[in-house]
Amino acid sequence: MPKKARDRSCKDNRNCFIPKLKTFQRGLGFFVMQQPIVIDDRKSDLSKEVLLHSGQDASLCFQCGKCTAGCPVAFAMDLTPNQIMRMVQLGLIDDVLNSQTIRLCAYCSTCSVRCPRNIGVADVMDSLRIMAAERNIPGTDRSRKVNIFNQAFLDTLNMFGRSHAVLVSLLFNLRSCQPFHNAKLGLKMFNNGKIKLKPDRIKGVNEVKEIFQRINRLKKGA
Amino acid sequence: MKVAYYPGCEYETNAKDYEASAKIVCKNIGVDLVEIPDWSCCGSTAAHSTDHLLAVSLAARNLALVEKIGFDTVTASCSACYQRLALAQAELAQDKKLLEQVNEITGYDYKATVKVSSILEIIAGVDEENIKAKVTKSMENFRIAPYYGCLLVRPSKVKIDDPENPTIMDRILQTTGAQVVDWSHKTECCGASLSVSNNDIVTAMVSRIIKAANAADANCIVTACALCHLNLDYYQSFVTQTKGALKETPIFYFTQILGLAMGFSKKEMGVEYNITDTAELVKKVV
Repeated sequence: MPKKARDRSCKDNRNCFIPKLKTFQRGLGFFVMQQPIVIDDRKSDLSKEVLLHSGQDASLCFQCGKCTAGCPVAFAMDLTPNQIMRMVQLGLIDDVLNSQTIRLCAYCSTCSVRCPRNIGVADVMDSLRIMAAERNIPGTDRSRKVNIFNQAFLDTLNMFGRSHAVLVSLLFNLRSCQPFHNAKLGLKMFNNGKIKLKPDRIKGVNEVKEIFQRINRLKKGA
Repeated sequence: MKVAYYPGCEYETNAKDYEASAKIVCKNIGVDLVEIPDWSCCGSTAAHSTDHLLAVSLAARNLALVEKIGFDTVTASCSACYQRLALAQAELAQDKKLLEQVNEITGYDYKATVKVSSILEIIAGVDEENIKAKVTKSMENFRIAPYYGCLLVRPSKVKIDDPENPTIMDRILQTTGAQVVDWSHKTECCGASLSVSNNDIVTAMVSRIIKAANAADANCIVTACALCHLNLDYYQSFVTQTKGALKETPIFYFTQILGLAMGFSKKEMGVEYNITDTAELVKKVV
């Protein structure tokens, strides 16, 4: 190749069709394409916050989609795991924290062991759930129910030092306004002698309460 | 061999058959399970979904109790409890700063010396000949689909065996003479953490697992997890009754299979607590 031609970049070459094509595409995109994603600088440290919480670097994700392919709950999610990863990279914090996906994730970690970039995707989901809890985002529909269940579980644990299935279910049913939810399961378990009505209160229940209180104080202080 | 034992909150309810059979079988093969005095809940999914420090601290209290009674190994029959304790231990052993902070929260002086093993690992650690010597009955009519679920084999930090194709339970079951089938859904998640809040999702997940076991021509599924057991045992009735395409598949704990093979009665092994019908298959123990 002659030296002159090599030095001249494609952009300077008036005969080259590629820059023209790109300009055309951009122009076309203005009318046809979906709404542009606005990346707000203030919000784009989502990736860093996830890293701080979980030790996982979401920016490594290159969208191969293996996490979604192996995810057993993906069929019920509103955003697939790989979409969540991309949105974390883009800093779309409101969309991510309000999605059903982060709380529907069952932490089975299939994604984490299959990720070719060694990202603990399940840990990323976990940290997103924690961030949503910190911001008091109740979630909607399915994710709201998961949140209510988790809270009911922790409440009984705080009360007795151990969780109590009957009370957790009762609290869940009351707080989610579905009084007869899972009644059939409860009845079957009762018939099979697998239900104990009296909760198990441990001697060191105050130690457990203290754990909850100290952590609450830490959170408030932070 | 003496091992500290963490029963888990379901030990008197949903997992009482697991608890009973595990204790009997372990005693029979020379493993003494010593219950941790005044243990508390490990926090389960609810804690680690809400606050990381809370999850580690709740587990650490129990690990500290194990250290206090002078044991170096603790085992849990429930695999959710195993995973929480093992993950907390892995983090505490690695991170001195976190250990200090957690000790301040729990009020214990834990030194992160305890090893967390699942009950599968404990039984697999016993000499195979020892187990074979105790087996008095043949389980050859059992075509077992061994189901590990997710908690025992993932994430990598705490896995007890290969995350895609574990064989630790297969080998234990083979000592009883049972046929262990090769199947696709060995480590697929059953969705236990959603089973109260979103049971329609769980029904779909369970139906896939039962379908896979049917396709592999297994006549029962054997698990090592109290949550998997409840989920598979109960939610399959929705699909086997309504769609009719799936065969009702009894679910056992691996300790129940071992116990039946060692000649213990079905009452001692608690197989009648199952929601699915186990009686017919248990008759085939010869």
